[in-house]
Amino acid sequence: MIYLNLFFSFLKVGLFSFGGAYGAIPLIRDVVLANGWLDEERITYMIAVSESTPGPIMVNLATYIGSTQAGFAGALVATLGVILPSFFVILLVIALLNKVIDNEYFQATLMGLKACVVGMIFATGLHMIKVNCMLASDKVAFDYKAVIIAVILVAVLVLYKIIKKKRFSPIALIMISAAIGIVIY
Amino acid sequence: MSIVFDLFFSFMKIGLFTFGGGYAMIPVIENHCVDKRKWITHDEMMNVTVIAESTPGPIAINCATFVGYRIAGILGAIMSTLGVVIPSFVLIFAISKFLDNFLDIAIVANAFKGIKVAVGILIVDAAINMMKRMPKKIFTIIIIICSFATMMVINIMSVRLSSIILMLIAAALSLIYYTIETRIKKGDKDCDLS
Repeated sequence: MIYLNLFFSFLKVGLFSFGGAYGAIPLIRDVVLANGWLDEERITYMIAVSESTPGPIMVNLATYIGSTQAGFAGALVATLGVILPSFFVILLVIALLNKVIDNEYFQATLMGLKACVVGMIFATGLHMIKVNCMLASDKVAFDYKAVIIAVILVAVLVLYKIIKKKRFSPIALIMISAAIGIVIY
Repeated sequence: MSIVFDLFFSFMKIGLFTFGGGYAMIPVIENHCVDKRKWITHDEMMNVTVIAESTPGPIAINCATFVGYRIAGILGAIMSTLGVVIPSFVLIFAISKFLDNFLDIAIVANAFKGIKVAVGILIVDAAINMMKRMPKKIFTIIIIICSFATMMVINIMSVRLSSIILMLIAAALSLIYYTIETRIKKGDKDCDLS
């Protein structure tokens, strides 16, 4: 039964993927290929679409694959499958958190985790900027248009902060970047 | 009841305007839930980020469930999660049905080239803001630098190493460090007393 299969396959993905979409993509690829739902080329295309559309990448992929395999109901069960583990794990964590949040050893561990996550996020962001501003990863060649966009966006963020003493809205920044992209490419 | 709808529409907006997955969602959630609505504090937002990173599943769902539950209990959690999922679901469903060559549309491709640059910058900006709020302790700074360096190497070499391993190491190290630190302090006190 395709619906059950979609549901449980994506439940597995939702339950075993740590660190967001980049941890989930290899899992999703395995599940899709093992079931013979799509070929390699089609999955790669779907991953590209899921990364270029708004929203959580894993949800996008689940909806996309579910829809192509079993229509609307397929999209629905695949999406439910991928979000349910997250939802219940977080409810569980909140319940546990209230018990341990004041514990000094838990606090110490949490501080270490925060430091680690901050470093990871910083590295990921820098890597994304680097990838987007370079034409190829193996040689030094800049995509000058991307560099121009980056300079404009950083200027907007920094100037706004200096003048208004507030952080510029991320959503506004994304819309500006889309507009510049359409104009200069 | 209105708070539940506010959560729903807020997370719908967040779901509709975040490209590039979970990391990109963190600055948007922070801007909306901390700066604008004051639903949670900066410190809680850091906790949410860490929890979302260390639990399985989409980071956006983890964040939405967490914030929703904090503000309005189970109903809040459900509505926030639905809010963040619905734009994705509708858009992707439409694309899968009607737009077989979505990425070949010039305007979409060009807009997305711009957006990708913005996403990287927003993520770096979020990381810098988090760093400013971290305690200025040598040990914390060392962990930040080490995890940053490791992640850079992983990205550049495209090694497949799960971030969860990195986090486990950091958690273990800080627990050991704290235990030793408190032991030494306690030891000092004992000496003073005798």
